[in-house]
Parts: sequence; structure tokens; C-alpha cells
Amino acid sequence: MPEIAIPKSTISKTAGIRRPHIVVRIFQALKLPVNDPFAVAGLVIYLVFVVAAVFADQIATHDPTEILYTPSYDLAADLRPGQDGFLMGTTSLGRDIFSQLVYGSRSALLIGVTAAFMVALIGSIIGLVAGYFGRWVDAVLMRLADIAFGIPFLPFVIVLAAFLQPSIWNVVIAMALVLWRDTARVIRSQVLTLRTRGYVEAARVAGSSDFKIILRHIAPNILPLSFLYGSIAIGWAILTEASISFLGFGDPDSISWGYMLQDAFASQALAKQAYYWFVPPGVCIILVVSAGFFITAVMKTSFSRS
Amino acid sequence: MSNFKAVGSRLLQLALVLWAVVTILFLMFRLMPGNPMAAYIDPTFTLEQQQQLMAQFGLDKPLWQQYLIYLGNLLQGELGQSFRYREPVGQRIWILLPNTLILTFSSLIIAYAFGILAGAYLAWRRGSWVEQAAIPMVLTTRAMPEFWLGMVLLAIFSFSLGWFPAGGTRDPGAEYSGLLDLYTSRDFLAHLVLPAATLAIYSQGLPLLLMRSNMLDVMKEDFVTMARIKGLSNWTVVVRHAARNALLPVMTSFAIAVGYQLQGNVVVESVFSWPGLGRELVNAVAASDYPLAQGAFLMIALVVILMNLLADMLYAILDPRVSHA
Repeated sequence: MPEIAIPKSTISKTAGIRRPHIVVRIFQALKLPVNDPFAVAGLVIYLVFVVAAVFADQIATHDPTEILYTPSYDLAADLRPGQDGFLMGTTSLGRDIFSQLVYGSRSALLIGVTAAFMVALIGSIIGLVAGYFGRWVDAVLMRLADIAFGIPFLPFVIVLAAFLQPSIWNVVIAMALVLWRDTARVIRSQVLTLRTRGYVEAARVAGSSDFKIILRHIAPNILPLSFLYGSIAIGWAILTEASISFLGFGDPDSISWGYMLQDAFASQALAKQAYYWFVPPGVCIILVVSAGFFITAVMKTSFSRS
Repeated sequence: MSNFKAVGSRLLQLALVLWAVVTILFLMFRLMPGNPMAAYIDPTFTLEQQQQLMAQFGLDKPLWQQYLIYLGNLLQGELGQSFRYREPVGQRIWILLPNTLILTFSSLIIAYAFGILAGAYLAWRRGSWVEQAAIPMVLTTRAMPEFWLGMVLLAIFSFSLGWFPAGGTRDPGAEYSGLLDLYTSRDFLAHLVLPAATLAIYSQGLPLLLMRSNMLDVMKEDFVTMARIKGLSNWTVVVRHAARNALLPVMTSFAIAVGYQLQGNVVVESVFSWPGLGRELVNAVAASDYPLAQGAFLMIALVVILMNLLADMLYAILDPRVSHA
């Protein structure tokens, strides 16, 4: 589509100060660090895995659960990378490792994002309510946080996963039930200082409702913090899912990196020296989780500076 | 006096948390789908045994009465009978606890010794290429799934090089006259190396990063500047003045790390077939041995809660600037 050429100088003269692009503004609002090399590396890693997850059907060379055969009609079991055209080799049951890896990014993304959203949402709401209303509301909610801190998380997920139907959502449910505690505490203390600010006082005097003050004047200020704790939760969710699947309480119908590691461990991949099988899923987990760390580490220092 | 009151309210809070965790556990094991309603009854018990247990745990009574009986039993330290081992859960836990504690403490002590030294060093060398390279590496160790690290170490040092045994706490057939004899044997220590190394590599990041950031803060303080003005050597300033003060918060984090480690043990013990509390919890849940699962969970929760309390208290005792507000 041909653009109508308008000299840039006229725009800035007529429209006043040009507003930065919407993407840049979103990044700035969330305090996303775009000038730190590690943070940028982290964002790039995220991007690669999101692409892999979205286009898994196109990228994967095989069905990740299908039992495959070699051209000579033998079971394609324990093949090394490159053998018979299997990019990263096959599992003991003749499944394609590369395709499992690609589909694994889908579960990781799904679990990571939903768990992070739940943790950030619940933690932020509890922190906001406790910090803003104070008194007994605060006391009750913070005792609830104490209780949540007293629950050993991984054992809790194991018991929960054993009693509920095996599903990748068990990890999300457990995180929503327990891990809001850290976010809530931090946001509460932030709200405690925010609510004494002049503009909040002014809004109250002007007759704004509590709901409006929280939503309009306080919530936007804690949004970057919620985002920070949400990003940390992505890593936690992926690590927890991996642990749960590894221990055998995962969803047997969905391919995840934790499932791959459990499969490899149970199939004696260690004794067979099948590094091509159990190293890649671990590396994928490390990449995604540390990408989150790199981004959040930079965000944290920018918080402590401001 | 205010301190006295603060400790009192903290203990009250501890009791509240304990009660809540115990209650949550009760509800989880009784009300969850998958029917652990008869959590204490093994179908293979004889009818007499079943009825005796039914009465002991009050499974024939309404839920609120069951709850009271459950609390009463817990207060007396009665955790029920393990289905698989046919022995009291408490007894089973006492056998496993030392293994878990040895693994936890040996790995954490190594992790803290290394983390504190390396953290202080990195703070001292702030801005150098060593620091620039080390920090991302440390973050990467924090991003590893612990069990995966264990798998890689197993594959290399046990299956490939054959330096260390692959699992358990002793060679098959090895007999020891007592626990002390076992724990000090070469056999046991060889079995301990890989799981302890796995947990240590994962855990060193926390003390390292904490120590480094504390050092950086402390180095800016007046008394460090004063020490420099006095003309003390760089070494004396860093070690005698800065490091000592930066150490306090790191030491209190040790207590939290113990509680946290106990949860991480669940996976690492499973990788190395280490007969500890975490692995037993996993096995008990998988085998529907509910009394044992419940007991192991409670024991882990108890340590986590006590360690959180200890960290709070230590923090207040070691740093007099922190009040009990």
C-alpha cells in the first residue's frame, strides 16, 4: 500500500510532540529493559520458543507420540541423531526426539503463561486489597500468606496431582493456590507507601470510591511489579511441571520436556549413554527459565534504582 | 518487654500456621476425589484390624468428629500405620529423617561455603570480566531442573566414568553394625557425593548472589570508607570489615534454604534412589500409602515452618537494627 508522503517535519510541527510507537510505549510502561544485552537475549529466547510453540505442527518432522519405523521396517528405537533421517535420534519406543522437543515448548508455554498470569493476578489483587484497606482485612490476608509460606510447595503439588485427574493444569492450580504469597507481600508493601501519596489523598477528598482509587490510581503503579513476579513465575511453573512429570504425576497424554526426561530416565537412557535424548530437554528448560531470570534481573535492578 | 511480646505473637502465629497446614492436609486426604476417605484402611487388613483402625481413627463417625480425633492423634504423635511397611508411620519417618538431613546439610554447607567466598570475591572484582561472565553462569545454575542436573552427573560420573555408585546409600550386601558406623563408612560417603553435589550446585546461587549484593551495599558505608582512610590494606578492608558485616543476612538465609532444600530433595532423592523423606513421600503417594504420605508431608512442612521462624528470629538477633515490629 503506497503511503502518502508527508514530510516528517510537518507532522511534528502540526501534531506537537510525536508519541513513541505503541510497542515502545508498552515496553516502557512495563519497564521492560530493551538496552541490556542479557535482557535482549532473554527476549529473543522467549520469541524463539513462542514461535516453536505456535508453529509446532509445521516445524516438527513427525507426530511426537507416533511409534516410528525405519525404511527397512524395523522399529526405529534408540537411533542416534541423524540416523535414518531422525534429526535428534529416537526414543527407546521409536518416537522422534526432535518433534517431542518442539511440542514440549507448547506445553511449557501454555503452563508457564497461565500459571504466571494466575500468580500475578491473585497475588496483585490480594496485595492491593490488603495494602489499601489495612486493618483486619490486611491482618487476615497476611496470615493467609503466612499459611501459604508454611506449605511445602513441591510435596503439595505431588499430593494434589495424585488426587486430581492427571493433567497439566494441576501445576497451574497448585501455583495459584500457594505461590501468590510472594507477589502479594511485595505488592502490599508497595501499596502501603502508594496510598499515602498526595494524588491518592486528593482523589479520596474529591469523593472517588475505593474501587476507583485502587483501579485508577494505585493499580497502574504496581503493574510493573506484577509483571516482574509474573515473569519469575513462568520459570517456576516450567520447573515445577518438569519435576512433577519426572516423578510420574504428569499428564501422560501431553508431551512436555519433563515427560521426555521421565521417559529417558525410566528407559535407562543414562546407562545407555543416550545424551542426545536427555540433554536437549534440560537445555530447553534452562534456556527458557534463565531467559526469564535475565529479564527480571535487569528489571529488579531498575526497580531498586528508582 | 516489647521483645517478649513480639516473640509471643510470633509463636502464636506459628501455632496458627501449623494448625492451618494440618487442617488443609486433613481436608485434602479426606475430601479429594480418588477416595482416600478410608485413608487409614488397607483393604488387605483383616476385618478385625480394619474395625480396630476404623475405631481408632473414627472413620465411622461424622467428618467433624473425625477431624477432632485426627487432631488428638497428631498431638500424641500418632500418625497411623503404613500400609506397605506394616509399621507405624512415625517409626518409618525416624528411620528416613537422618538420611534426608545428612544430604541436606552436607550439600548446603558446601553450597554456602562456596557461595559466600565466591560472592565476596565477585563483589570485590565488580565490573571485571570475571564478574560479567560469572553472574549469568550462576543464574543458569538456578534455572536448571535439579533432577536433570542429577541425571547428567549420574550419566557422566557413574555410568560413563564409573567413579561413583548410581544410587542408594550403601553397596548391596554391605552390613554395618550401627548408624554411626554406616554414616562414617567410605561406602556411604561415595554414595553421598553425587546427590550432595547436585544439590550443592543448585543451591550455591542463593548465598553467592546474596553475599555479592550485600557486599556491594556494605562497601558504600561509612565505616568501610573510614577503614580505607585509615590506610588499611585492601584485603583487610574487604575481609575484616566488609565481609563480616555482609555475612549476617546470608547466614539467616541458611535457615530458609534448609526448608527450601527439603522440598527440592523430593526429586533429587528420587533420581539417586536416596532413602529419604522426599523419595518416600513420592513412593507413598504413588502406592496410595496415605498414612505414610501424610506423615512425610507433615514432617517436611514442620521443618519448613520452623526454619521460617528461625530465619525471622536469627535476623532480629543478629542485626539489632531490625525491631520486632
